[in-house]
Amino acid sequence: MNTPIAAVRRPLLEEEKWLGRLMLAPAVIYIAALVGFPFLLAIFYSLSDATVGSQTLHFVGFKNFQRILENRTFWTSLRNALVFTFVSQLLVVILGKVLAMALYKDFRGKWLVRFLILLPWVAPISLGSIGWLWIFDPVYSIINWMGRASGLLGPDTWPIWLGQPNLAMASVIMVHVWRLLPLATVIILAGLSSIPQDIHDAAEMDGASFWRHLTHINIPLLMPIMLVTLLFGIVFTFTDMIVIYVLTRGGPYDTTQVIATLAYFTGIQGGDLAEGAAISLFLFPLLVAAAIFLLTLAKRTEVT
Amino acid sequence: MATVEARSITKHFDGINAVDGINLLVKEGEFLVLLGPSGSGKSTLLRMIAGLEIPTAGDILIGDRIVTLLPPKARNIAMVFQSYALYPHLTVFKNIAFPLEARGMKCEAVKSKVEYAAAMFGIGRLLARKPRQLSGGERQRVALARAVVREPVVFLLDEPLSNLDAKLRTTARDELQQFQRRLGTTTVYVTHDQIEAMGLGDRIAVLNLGKLHQLGTPHEVYDDPADTFVATFIGSPPMNLVEESPHTIGFRPEQFLPVECYSSGDDLVRFAFMVTRVEYLGADRLVYGTLTATHPDVKVISRLPTAVTLVVEKGQRHEFAVRRKDLKRFDPRSGLKVTAQ
Repeated sequence: MNTPIAAVRRPLLEEEKWLGRLMLAPAVIYIAALVGFPFLLAIFYSLSDATVGSQTLHFVGFKNFQRILENRTFWTSLRNALVFTFVSQLLVVILGKVLAMALYKDFRGKWLVRFLILLPWVAPISLGSIGWLWIFDPVYSIINWMGRASGLLGPDTWPIWLGQPNLAMASVIMVHVWRLLPLATVIILAGLSSIPQDIHDAAEMDGASFWRHLTHINIPLLMPIMLVTLLFGIVFTFTDMIVIYVLTRGGPYDTTQVIATLAYFTGIQGGDLAEGAAISLFLFPLLVAAAIFLLTLAKRTEVT
Repeated sequence: MATVEARSITKHFDGINAVDGINLLVKEGEFLVLLGPSGSGKSTLLRMIAGLEIPTAGDILIGDRIVTLLPPKARNIAMVFQSYALYPHLTVFKNIAFPLEARGMKCEAVKSKVEYAAAMFGIGRLLARKPRQLSGGERQRVALARAVVREPVVFLLDEPLSNLDAKLRTTARDELQQFQRRLGTTTVYVTHDQIEAMGLGDRIAVLNLGKLHQLGTPHEVYDDPADTFVATFIGSPPMNLVEESPHTIGFRPEQFLPVECYSSGDDLVRFAFMVTRVEYLGADRLVYGTLTATHPDVKVISRLPTAVTLVVEKGQRHEFAVRRKDLKRFDPRSGLKVTAQ
């Protein structure tokens, strides 16, 4: 007795095609609702004259984009955003690599150090930033008082960390590095652990010095991972506004104003939704280009 | 060329002694095999000779110089790893050149040395490739070339053949021995494969649980095992062990044959043998069974060469025998060989 297989009707859920789609649905809906929809809305707003208060919308073409390109604050913000991103990410990748290599070795109390290093990442960003706000306080700054007490700061120097144009940028970069360092460290550490111990042993047997080992073996093998870390960092930094919002609000004199904060201040606080949307959309092609570039590079340096 | 010596070397790991007070002297130009099951400490011992592990106690000497605490690069020894540990991002040329460049050798000198080493292993045409584009056998040759290129005083080889398929392994074994003979470099070779050990080693050091059980030529460890561990670890199938008060007696399967196979003048020890299973292996037959009269529970194995045409079948009871001079005696408590009769 042979029953033809086609005659047996299988329940819908057993069909792999449908089960697969069902499983993917939550993620697709989530992305469509929380990323896709706002993105399309932003494009729509950027081509209109929407403001927070008005009920009507008019299509204005590329007028908003034209306006922001003529705006000097926008160019300052773009330059600041690039400085903020590249300086902080350079520091994050270098320090992350150093930390990962330190944590890769076995030593007593390693778990405690790992925990402490991860802490800035698990703590809410705003909370951490508020902590730094106190550290940088013009009157009570612990850095200044410690500097004064130890004699590192002379009696006439009293830096206002968030109030002096150059120091303000350095300060927000420092806080941002503090915040993103754990993520970079953990990713690089994972990459480091994936290199077989034999390779390190072989390099040691072959008489490689520490620097040769680092530059000829360790870093080339880690390059794909480090580039991905860099990509994450760039995306996080370029689109982030919390650190700057809490610490300086873009001041003094827009010296720490970046694209993300400018879009927020223009669109939400200033009420000009259309121009805010246009500013934030400006990030998009830049980030896509950076992502494509870095992923291609990572693929090319991949070895196994 | 140099000697390698371990002086009561001990390595403590997680509460146990991975290597437990081993004394060993590798002679100049010798091919010494460290043989043992996994967990015997053979790889740990090799890594201590290499300088990749620092011993808990004892000393390592290379060419009469104490190197216990020196880093690997100060020892001028080369190591080939089981995984070959080729640098995946570098070409074959760069892989082989790495140890030379690490010493700051000049570019032209590097080039000629690399080409010489590559030619020696027949991989000259592969120099521009990356390791992932090579077969297992080719990778192994690159690893060997990388070890040879800087003319080390000692070679350390950690199961270098175990990732090759069976067919390739035989030829690679042959080549390996030829290179070692040609170069005359002192070599320490780690393996768990007794056939490799017997075939390659000038001498074999049999290790188990961090202790050295026997150090001797392949002949010595096979024909005259120092204890029951060596007796059962070496030989396939292993030596038969039978409790016969006051000793444990041992005999090799190929020395345990039907009485018909012996000539009348032989001094034999006879056993009534109950055959439970016969395996035909082509070149010989393995006969499994028990010694019915004396030891009904003890399983023993006989290996009959195909030249023996005698019919031996399952369920048969047959008289088997061992030449008295082939019997080994061990102390049942310590397992050590008993020399006095």
